[in-house]
Amino acid sequence: MNETQSLLQIKGLRDGLLITMDDASWEDQRAALIAQVDGQPAFFQGARLALDVATQVLHVNELVEIRDQLSERGISLWAVISESPTTEKTAQLLGLATRISKPRPEELRQYSVEDIGEETSLFLNRTLRSGTRIEFAGHVVVLGDVNPGAEIVAEGNVIVWGRVRGMIHAGSKGNTNAVICALDLSPTQLRIADEASAALEPRDTHQPEMARINEDGKLQAEFWSSSKVGGVL
Amino acid sequence: MPAQVITIASGKGGVGKTTAVANIAVALASDKSKVVCIDGDIGLRNLDVILGLENRIVYDIVDVIEGRCRLKQAMIRDKKLPNLYLIPAAQTRDKNAVSSSDMIRLIKDLRTDYDFVLIDSPAGIERGFRNAIAAADRVLVITNPEVSAVRDADRVIGILESEEKGPASLILNRLNPALVKSKDMLSPEDVLDLLAIELIGIVPEDENVIIASNRGAPVAYDAKSRAGQAFRNIAKRLKGETVPFLDLDAQGSLWERIQRLAGRK
Repeated sequence: MNETQSLLQIKGLRDGLLITMDDASWEDQRAALIAQVDGQPAFFQGARLALDVATQVLHVNELVEIRDQLSERGISLWAVISESPTTEKTAQLLGLATRISKPRPEELRQYSVEDIGEETSLFLNRTLRSGTRIEFAGHVVVLGDVNPGAEIVAEGNVIVWGRVRGMIHAGSKGNTNAVICALDLSPTQLRIADEASAALEPRDTHQPEMARINEDGKLQAEFWSSSKVGGVL
Repeated sequence: MPAQVITIASGKGGVGKTTAVANIAVALASDKSKVVCIDGDIGLRNLDVILGLENRIVYDIVDVIEGRCRLKQAMIRDKKLPNLYLIPAAQTRDKNAVSSSDMIRLIKDLRTDYDFVLIDSPAGIERGFRNAIAAADRVLVITNPEVSAVRDADRVIGILESEEKGPASLILNRLNPALVKSKDMLSPEDVLDLLAIELIGIVPEDENVIIASNRGAPVAYDAKSRAGQAFRNIAKRLKGETVPFLDLDAQGSLWERIQRLAGRK
């Protein structure tokens, strides 16, 4: 495209642009991207951008800076893809996606658990604090708590080995068979497919619970019992 | 020994960051440490008022950063404690006047000559907050036993974790033991359960804090105040001493209160 091509690759996606960066210094890359954008304002105006930053380790300051610079130019940064766990964490903290989901289906499909496949899970070995948003095209497993103000949006099931006090949306693309399980389920809100429940009344006993959509199409949470589990999954 | 650089942050406004900085600074300085406080809330400066140094300001932090004065010229010596200094914020500028690297540079010059540098972070999680934590060795997160304050503290702790700032410590401010007892206030256990970080102090609600702040003489000077005692204990813990937490129930029972009143006569 021009002289910055060596640093950046630009690819059109179904719903935006994917910019792939190489391993040059972050400052150079950032400058190259901004130069590229400023060189072709008409092309980039209003674009949705995903950045693939390879192995760059980026902290909040750096991502906020580039996001602000892009947004000043009318470009919205929605995803940062990285091989570095630190960068991924930073992106999640800022509410950016860290995976580019599969192309959007033309119409809402009835997924079943089998459709998603057992291998596409995101495992998070930490507590999700307020302001963190996890968006994933598969199942999400958390070993830790989901604090108030944190959000998980998963196309598959969500399993939390810990307390849920934030917001969880399972089956986000319409899978009504998705379930949400937690050791202690006291969320601000739960959603499965298009069904939402406001906060479940807090219970005194802290027992594992599973939420799913029942026969009447309503979201319902039940205490876990060993006899039921086979029937649901 | 090089200085410990400690930032006090909260996310939410009004939970007592500035009061805590002033009181911990006074407590540390009363205990022979050389302390510099930096007001990081540029555009909304307060720390000078609480320390009672408002009318002595000539230069401020932005003057230092923009080279209009030397660092020493902007450091105001406290009225009572000769080893306590304040670097005030600029009132007529905003957060954009300072960058993270400015803060790191400025604090580098302080590290050799002082024991503690305390930075008062502005509320929020934007630029001012990031400047305030940029140079910190350690961050104290302060919160009140209120749902909204705890949620903001949680967010701040999340950001500190992703910045790899090391584990933050928690100050729980303005706890009212009677309200906790009647289950009308979050208990320290509830807060710690959610935030899951180390506790460095619980400060009970105490109207003397407000009176003292308005007078410009922090409550940490007041030997009788329980909030003052709590801040003095935090200062000791920052120096690495092990101090038991205050027994906050002591004030709860009427009988004990009568006994204490009787004892005071």
